[in-house]
Amino acid sequence: MTVNLKTTYLGLELDTPLVASASPLGRTIEGLHRLANAGASAVVLPSLFEEQIEYDSYQVHETLELGAESFPEHATGFLPEFEAYNTGPEHYIDLVARAREELAIPVIASLNGATTGGWVEYARRLEAAGASALELNVYFIATDVEDTSTAVEQRYLDLVAAVRETIDIPLAVKVGPYFSAMANMARRLTEAGADGLVLFNRFYQPDIHLEDLEVVPNVQLSTPMELRLPLRWIAILKGRVNASLAATTGVHSGEDVLKLLLAGADVTMMCSALLRHGPEWIRTVEEAVREWLESHEYQSVEQMKGSMSQASVPDPAAFERSNYMESLITYSTPNV
Amino acid sequence: MDRPIVTVDGNEAAAYVAHKLSEVIAIYPITPSTAMGEMADAWSAAGRTNLWRNIPTVMEMQSEGGAAGACHGAIQAGALTTTFTASQGLLLMIPNMYKIAGELSSTVIHVSARTVATHALSIFGDHSDVMAVRQTGFAMLASASVQEAQDMAAVAHAASLRTRVPFVHFFDGFRTSSEVAKIERLTDDDLRAMIDPEAVAAHRARAMDPEHPVLRGTAQNPDVFFQAREASNPFHAAVPAKVQESMDELADLTGRRYRLFDYYGAPDAERVVVLMGSGVGAALEAIGRLTSEGEKVGVLVVRLYRPFATEAFMAVLPKTVKSLAVLDRTKEPGALGEPLYQDVVTSLVEAASQGTLPMESIPRVIGGRYGLSSKEFTPAMVKAALDEAGKDDPKLHFTLGIVDDVTHLSLAHDEEWDTDSAKVVRALFFGLGSDGTVGANKNSVKIIGEHTPMHAQGYFVYDSKKSGAMTVSHLRFGDGEILSTYLIDKASFVACHQFGLMEKVDVLSRAKKGAKFLLNSPYGKDGTWDRLTRDTQKQIIDKQIEFYVVDGYQVAAEAGLGGRINTVLQTCFFALAGILPADEAVEAIKESIRKTYGKRGETVLTRNFAAVDGSIAALHRVDVPAEATSTKRLRPAVPDQVPDFVERVTSMIIDGKGDLLPVSAMPVDGTFPTATAQYEKRSIAMEIPIWDSEICIDCARCPLVCPHAAIRVKYYDPALLADAPEGFQHAETRGKDFPGKVFTIQVAPDDCTGCGVCVNICPAKSKEEVKHKAINMVGKDDYLDRERVNYSFFLDLPEVDRTTVNVTSLKGSQSLLPLFEYSGACSGCGETPYVKLVSQLFGDRMIVANATGCSSIYGGNLPTTPWAVDADGRGPTWSNSLFEDNAEFGLGMRLAIDQRSQAAFEALADVADVIGDDLLLGVVNAEQTSEQGIKDQRGRVAEIRSILEKEGSPRARWALSLLDSVIRKSVWIMGGDGWAYDIGFGGLDHVMASGRDVNMLVLDTEVYSNTGGQASKATPRAAIAKFASGGKVTGKKDLGMIAMAYGNVYVAQIAMGANMSQTVRAIAEAESYRGPSLIIAYSPCIAHGIDMADQMDHQKDAVATGYWPMYRFDPRMAASEEHPFALDSREPTMPFADFAKTEARFAMLTRTNPERADRLFAAAQEDITERRRWYEQLAGVERGLPGEDVSS
Repeated sequence: MTVNLKTTYLGLELDTPLVASASPLGRTIEGLHRLANAGASAVVLPSLFEEQIEYDSYQVHETLELGAESFPEHATGFLPEFEAYNTGPEHYIDLVARAREELAIPVIASLNGATTGGWVEYARRLEAAGASALELNVYFIATDVEDTSTAVEQRYLDLVAAVRETIDIPLAVKVGPYFSAMANMARRLTEAGADGLVLFNRFYQPDIHLEDLEVVPNVQLSTPMELRLPLRWIAILKGRVNASLAATTGVHSGEDVLKLLLAGADVTMMCSALLRHGPEWIRTVEEAVREWLESHEYQSVEQMKGSMSQASVPDPAAFERSNYMESLITYSTPNV
Repeated sequence: MDRPIVTVDGNEAAAYVAHKLSEVIAIYPITPSTAMGEMADAWSAAGRTNLWRNIPTVMEMQSEGGAAGACHGAIQAGALTTTFTASQGLLLMIPNMYKIAGELSSTVIHVSARTVATHALSIFGDHSDVMAVRQTGFAMLASASVQEAQDMAAVAHAASLRTRVPFVHFFDGFRTSSEVAKIERLTDDDLRAMIDPEAVAAHRARAMDPEHPVLRGTAQNPDVFFQAREASNPFHAAVPAKVQESMDELADLTGRRYRLFDYYGAPDAERVVVLMGSGVGAALEAIGRLTSEGEKVGVLVVRLYRPFATEAFMAVLPKTVKSLAVLDRTKEPGALGEPLYQDVVTSLVEAASQGTLPMESIPRVIGGRYGLSSKEFTPAMVKAALDEAGKDDPKLHFTLGIVDDVTHLSLAHDEEWDTDSAKVVRALFFGLGSDGTVGANKNSVKIIGEHTPMHAQGYFVYDSKKSGAMTVSHLRFGDGEILSTYLIDKASFVACHQFGLMEKVDVLSRAKKGAKFLLNSPYGKDGTWDRLTRDTQKQIIDKQIEFYVVDGYQVAAEAGLGGRINTVLQTCFFALAGILPADEAVEAIKESIRKTYGKRGETVLTRNFAAVDGSIAALHRVDVPAEATSTKRLRPAVPDQVPDFVERVTSMIIDGKGDLLPVSAMPVDGTFPTATAQYEKRSIAMEIPIWDSEICIDCARCPLVCPHAAIRVKYYDPALLADAPEGFQHAETRGKDFPGKVFTIQVAPDDCTGCGVCVNICPAKSKEEVKHKAINMVGKDDYLDRERVNYSFFLDLPEVDRTTVNVTSLKGSQSLLPLFEYSGACSGCGETPYVKLVSQLFGDRMIVANATGCSSIYGGNLPTTPWAVDADGRGPTWSNSLFEDNAEFGLGMRLAIDQRSQAAFEALADVADVIGDDLLLGVVNAEQTSEQGIKDQRGRVAEIRSILEKEGSPRARWALSLLDSVIRKSVWIMGGDGWAYDIGFGGLDHVMASGRDVNMLVLDTEVYSNTGGQASKATPRAAIAKFASGGKVTGKKDLGMIAMAYGNVYVAQIAMGANMSQTVRAIAEAESYRGPSLIIAYSPCIAHGIDMADQMDHQKDAVATGYWPMYRFDPRMAASEEHPFALDSREPTMPFADFAKTEARFAMLTRTNPERADRLFAAAQEDITERRRWYEQLAGVERGLPGEDVSS
């Protein structure tokens, strides 16, 4: 008998729990087709960055003004003027519209705003372009020593509420793990209007170049080890918040997917693995998931989802411990 | 019919019509006509069609000669064809113009008339170019205003088609080409009504076509040429009537009536001034005032200058005229008078001899020159000419607007006599090139022009420097038509957009009594007064000026606009000028911002809107105290104790008072002293680099890369530190180059432009705080006094002995005195570091031929020159001939030098008995390949000079006149890629083939930088540039490989930022090679769309991607049958696309047209890969020299 891989995420019926997360692979319509053909059950587009749009637009302006009006022979500046510079979100919005038109799978737009006005405005425009759902890619690097965690959390909540009020399509919120009270924050985010939580955002992490003594911006592809963090929190949150749960970060193989589903994820999202192996890797992972489910006599993904969440395991504390505890009364052998 | 009212400049007015009425447009950039070509190209690129719904083809050529050739061909093949040019460009078209006219071909050349270079180049306006083509057979039509530049353009096209005679349509460069004014635009229907479709069809029918073949362009012989030349007479004779017909049609359509000659003034005038071009405006004003005062005077305006229609001229000339003053905006040395004068005289005499003279006797005619190179021409000068004409014994030939104390030709004019109408508001704005003042003022003119019934005019004056340059905007607006074609002298509104200018410029000198003064000041309404100079305070009090301040810097910064304070100041101007109700003004400003910047994105708009909204609240009126209390003075133009010429002449020009210099002050032949930039202390940097000796590793990179020679290194004896000022730093040298010496890196605080290239290249970082380097940019004000003292001490430290230094090493080269310093190039220029390096290595025996372009401007634009001298008074001697002939110009220098040194040897042989055989043999056989060798030869020359001077015989004096020629000279032929790849390539090629010992340095910015970034054949594939706005589709010409094909040319391609040692080595090798050498130097430019502070990193990346391969081809290696080609750059380590995204010239395309960018980037990558593969093979090739030179 065939295993049923179907799952539901943000109310969207998906053929498998394998979703392509925001990555450069989704920048073009050709890339999106490749992901869909490779078996992605939904795609999350790379984020529309409001800050980038602002930066781009002003940079175009400044560049066109370079050297202008400084000398009579080149008073009009050095670069030719164009009819349009596409510094706005139009290109991205077009991609959303086209993807929706051409792909059979749901298309989830992703947004990173810089201002409340920007979040709301762009959310509205992405919905109008036909996005199946919207993922808010929220992060603040709170570097100000005066900025309290309460204030930062409130900003997240206000933002989610504002966007929720604007759009009718499902809304997911992608956050980082760095909250003092992650579980409570997750609950408040859902109360503010999130239909799903995407766990977790990986930050752009600067590195230091030893020879040049320079800080270099760096994004490393994730490793499977990193899935432990979402694994824990999905297991903890499963059943405790009224929202879909998506696992992202460290999802590389069929085994990774299975573990996250057992912990309670509705979908798993891949990025690094696809960048490393190509979009077709989705099919390999799907086969591995299917094989395991069959060989372990599961009927469906729905059946296994959350079967090892914190609430469903015999030792819930295993998900809570932050240190290995020696015990006098429990016999165990170290894992060699 | 309602026609659009637009606010445009003369170039746009003419180009609009030309684009509408043409099918093929062949162009080449030359100031001030460049904008016409740029607009035509941009319009075609955007799909704008001509009158017949085709998109005109716009093609950039390699020179104006090429453009004329292409036009000639296009006309022959039946296209409606046009071009735009000026000055030397028009002169290059002359051969084709004779052909085009001789073949009776309809076309129009639109000319923004500009000075032809004589004793000096000038980009400004006069009629010397158009007067040089009056003999070609082209008809010539003159426009006097922006409106006319449009109207006459249409008349020229229409009449050319009707008459088959080609037309030059001209208007004054800058004064009309760049004046922004409100005009009524002709509609397509107007143009359609003026263009005769039958004439278009006839033009096409004459086209060369194999379907009905013809032979045109034959060679003819004495039997028939003459008659054939006369056969076209009826066509030329028909021109005046047909032009009048077209003018009448235009009048019927628009109500603007023009005639071949128009007369304005008293119907019974006794004195009349005759002229054409923009000076007409000033003349009309003068005539207006004089006639209102009862004077019997008038002005006769020439529109159709060729053919000169005598009858029409006589028809408008009042019969009462007793004397005529004919004014020419050109000079024709040796002629009986300037061209228009001669035409008028001839017309009168002919009429008299024919009995058709309308008056009883021939009026007296006097002729004057005015306005050369955009020299001011005012109503007072017109009055002076008319006054002269009324005298019993006038000067027959005179000049206006200057003081000629040599030949005493000039007429004095009354400075106080003006025609300023109370109905016209005059406003002056002082700003910097980088702050957007000019742009905002252009928009203000548009706002006034388009939101009110008022007329408005804007004219903009720029500095002669490319960095830190001041701009002055002259705005007039009022109810009637504005005729004033001269600068504002008495302003009722003055704004200074940069507080720093208050120390340098007397901004209130032209403020009227009771004027309003707006100052951008960070010091607020209470803190500003005390920071003004005493003179400014006094003027504010004495002239009862209403004084306002706004902190535009803060408002702009808060809005996210950085230093662009233009919208803030513009808003304040409207608030104070009261032209529009406050709300309406704000809305109009926002609307104009939307129009100007809208397509650049919402952010640009919102930030500018925020600045507009924040402006009024920040505007404050200053309470003016009753007395001037400041002790501050305006900064003097030059320091104390400067050479006599600098004090008398240069300082006046620096101070903006060059107009006051009399003829006697000027060199008679355009020869100026060098080493003058040192006296022009511009002090334009906000931040300067300060050295930390503790961290420095003595690598000498900072002085090498400094584009302005404003950071230097010296190695010296530590004992000299005894006299060092307090805080003067030094450090022990590293390495073995300068044993026993210490060194200092020192900034020239008043000469630095603050570009930051030195700090970016500095590799030494503090162990405790990485951001602190061995040099760091710091606010100048805190260090200025200290560093002035330090720099003065530093300059007095002895120079290193050139004979003891390995001058071909990086450090060695930087220990040498730069003989190219403090240029006015753009801050962070990518060319000047190479020029400066060459001056360090060979400056004391260097002769420079410099192609026109950026390098001739920062090298030779008055008031000062960066070319300098050493302590012995030796240094580069420099000249600029033209754009197109530079290689030949330099070769000529080499020929002369070789000839003279040969003659010197012979002359010395003649005096062998006097100087002795040892000295003679020493001189003749001197080894001059090293600094020591040169020094020894100079020693011998000094010895011989002393002997011969004592001897004093004619043969000794003969030998003395040649003596210096025995010292080896280094000939440097320099210029940009526009010269080397395009307009001067033929000459460059010939010079390479000559085998002579010259060094050609191509400062390759990959675009025409000086004219504002037009594509050249050096522009790489995928780069956007003007004339290649869709990204250049063809690859860059491989000039180095073409040169290498000769086999006996030393060729190097270098990039300082990628490999400094290779740069120094290649330049040294090239110079030491006794044949032609070609060095192609990668020179980042603002036109690349990069932050110039990072230019060295861009060079590094350009090489790392393989985009700019570095190599050296040394024929001397070929002579020894080795591998002459050394590929100095490593295997590429970075894809082209990664480099491309860091430069706007490529990256812009990824935004405007991403699909095309992908394709072009891929093709560019293929170019790189394939070239690398080819070069790698070349590196393994053995090659001998071409066959021996058998000429001797």
